[in-house]
Amino acid sequence: MNFEEIKNQAIVQWKALQQSEKTRILIGMGTCGRAAGADDILDVLNRELAQQHIQADIVPVGCIGLCYAEPLIEVIKPGMPSVFYGNLTTELISEIIKDYLINDNPRSDLALGIRGEGTLEGIPNFFDLPVLKPQVRISLRNCGNIDPENINHYIANGGYEGLAKALRMEPQEVIDEVKKSGLRGRGGAGFPTGAKWQFCHDAPGDIKYIICNADEGDPGAFMDRALLESDPHTVLEGMLIGAYGIGASEGYIYIRAEYPLAIQRLRTAIKKMEEYGLIGDDIMGSGFRFHIKIKEGAGAFVCGEETALMASIEGSRGMPRSRPPFPAQSGLWGKPTSINNVETWGNVSAILAKGAEWYAGYGTEKSKGTKNFSLAGKIVRTGLIEVPMGITLREIVYDIGGGIPEGKRLKAVQTGGPSGGFIPERLLDLPVDYESLAQAGSIMGSGGMIVIDEDTCMVDITKFFLTFTQSESCGKCIPCRWGTKQMMDILEDIANGRGRPDDIELLQELAESVKDGSLCGLGQTAPNPVLTSIRYFRDEYEEHIVEKRCAALHCKALISYYILPDKCEGCIICARNCPVQAIEGGKRMVHVIDQDKCTKCGTCLSLCPPKFNAIAKVSGEPVDVPEKPVPVIVEV
Amino acid sequence: MANPSIAQDTQVLPREQEETNEKRLNEILSSYQGKKEELIPILQQVQQAFGYLPEPMMKKIAKFLQLPESTVFGVGTFYAQFKLVPTGRNIVRVCRGTACHVRGSAQILGEVERQLGIKAGETTPDLEYSLETIACFGSCALAPVVVTNGKVHGRMTTPKAREILKKGAR
Repeated sequence: MNFEEIKNQAIVQWKALQQSEKTRILIGMGTCGRAAGADDILDVLNRELAQQHIQADIVPVGCIGLCYAEPLIEVIKPGMPSVFYGNLTTELISEIIKDYLINDNPRSDLALGIRGEGTLEGIPNFFDLPVLKPQVRISLRNCGNIDPENINHYIANGGYEGLAKALRMEPQEVIDEVKKSGLRGRGGAGFPTGAKWQFCHDAPGDIKYIICNADEGDPGAFMDRALLESDPHTVLEGMLIGAYGIGASEGYIYIRAEYPLAIQRLRTAIKKMEEYGLIGDDIMGSGFRFHIKIKEGAGAFVCGEETALMASIEGSRGMPRSRPPFPAQSGLWGKPTSINNVETWGNVSAILAKGAEWYAGYGTEKSKGTKNFSLAGKIVRTGLIEVPMGITLREIVYDIGGGIPEGKRLKAVQTGGPSGGFIPERLLDLPVDYESLAQAGSIMGSGGMIVIDEDTCMVDITKFFLTFTQSESCGKCIPCRWGTKQMMDILEDIANGRGRPDDIELLQELAESVKDGSLCGLGQTAPNPVLTSIRYFRDEYEEHIVEKRCAALHCKALISYYILPDKCEGCIICARNCPVQAIEGGKRMVHVIDQDKCTKCGTCLSLCPPKFNAIAKVSGEPVDVPEKPVPVIVEV
Repeated sequence: MANPSIAQDTQVLPREQEETNEKRLNEILSSYQGKKEELIPILQQVQQAFGYLPEPMMKKIAKFLQLPESTVFGVGTFYAQFKLVPTGRNIVRVCRGTACHVRGSAQILGEVERQLGIKAGETTPDLEYSLETIACFGSCALAPVVVTNGKVHGRMTTPKAREILKKGAR
């Protein structure tokens, strides 16, 4: 079968599915959905449908990005609009089957929204929901819509059209098209993709490689995982187009072993492509030859750096080397190599299919198109989002994310993970583009976006990032190996109340040296959290150093727990559960915490019945309490 | 100094066990060609089969790939995935990613450490439990996350962590 025939067949199948007389239920089965309990939902769904003798097709789909609403299903009943239901439990799913599938009550109280045509009273349009309205879905266009293991679904939705178009063009024209689109590296650094390809294309040599960097190591980012799990073909198609443009006949996907589902989906996808002649020695009958191998990472953050990643593929310790020569000249096994991120590849297929001008119509002057972010931390609607470049952080946090839970105050937004920085509340109107974020001291990064509220201590979270980079430093160059360790020790001192007045300046000085002197991106960017937290939250550092106080009540060495004598009713719950027996007291006696024994684990605070609310967590001034247990004061 | 409260790789295997192990290793190696780039996949497969990388096997892998033993050992210690001591029958992993951190994963880790009586990276002497931290599981939206034997538990709290260890893994 040639591609036209494959496509026609896929479209016929897809249409039949859409117009089916049978009910269809799409269920989000990505890692997030499963972690939220999608497997249990699927079990109940299968069981109840069988018991009630309801004929229905269940289609496992990827992630639509509304992680806060997982587990999530979409119900398409013949003759009715398609309805989304979220935050499902096994009880709710039974109710939906009974009320909507058997009777005709769509349960607007449980529904999230309607997709496509038609309306139902009391249910909003899905894509008009505040979480989705500002979004533009290009790389995520199919996520949650198609079965990621069914290649026909992808093809019926325009898949491999971009490749077909590319193969009718000259390789140079393909590169020019990507250049014209303005696409820049989505791994974080933002190097123009077309230019990168051009270097590799122009480099002398018969054997060239392309690599898909799926070593998503930023602790707080899951965009690439979600894309690979939900729509692997969009990434693979992008790779094929890139390989054709550059002139590579072999490609690697370097993916972290922590993503088993994504790996499995890629393997399934590649197998299907082989069957359809979309991978092999004569792709689409054009004579273009390309093969893909999957390499599983073994757990090293530094392997996200291009030269370290290549060393790892070659079987060595993943240690970077100095550049030049750049990978485009001398990369994998010394051959010209182009390494691009998952999301970059995911955009390429859309650019080729719909044209560079269409793509460049989104975004700002220097940052074109869209960017994926994993929005997490202290935010109401966590999820995977795709937004046009130039959108403000405020729109992301408040319109899409729904603001901060429990009425807390927003403190900062962290972008770029351990390589990025903190952007304070007052800069929230900053547009999201490569230049603006860099100016604020952070980076675009691969797309991790963590929202931080007043309960997070800036010294602690900075220490958290440094602990990470310090342990992930490969140890090859001294500025990174010792500089990160030194910075972490100073932060440790500050958090433990041993900070000295000149520590802030020392940290800044060290940070600048590590930035300038390190060999690769890991070390060069590791100081960013330190520099931005000092730049915007210097008062918190001073509070820890001078007043020995942690206002966020986070740094253990600077906080204490007390039992308030006027509130304690002597119920013994805290004393019985204290893991180190630091609480003294008896029935109807006001309990007392032995401050020397207390390990500040917070168990007493979490267990004290809310009606008493007798545990105080404080920093700075001690609370006046009795030294020994005394009888509970009885109010008269 | 060996710490008696955590597991060590000091097992002396009976002769028969050693022979079966060797047979299994040879089976694994027979699907490879002996190229250097195969080192990491081989180590991954050996670890999957044996739960860790026993020293005698690393020596044999070095011979098979014609690499210095130090290179194999170097790769084995570089990547977080590889373990040089046996792991427990149950593996509890606490995510220490950023999203999990700001939602209290340090407290969850403390609780799991107290419950199991070991620190992160250690295995109980009866080889029942290994406790690991992972940099990020990629399920940030459900933070904090604990993974027991591959099953993901989201939106974790300290009481929920206690419950899981009592019910599932223990």
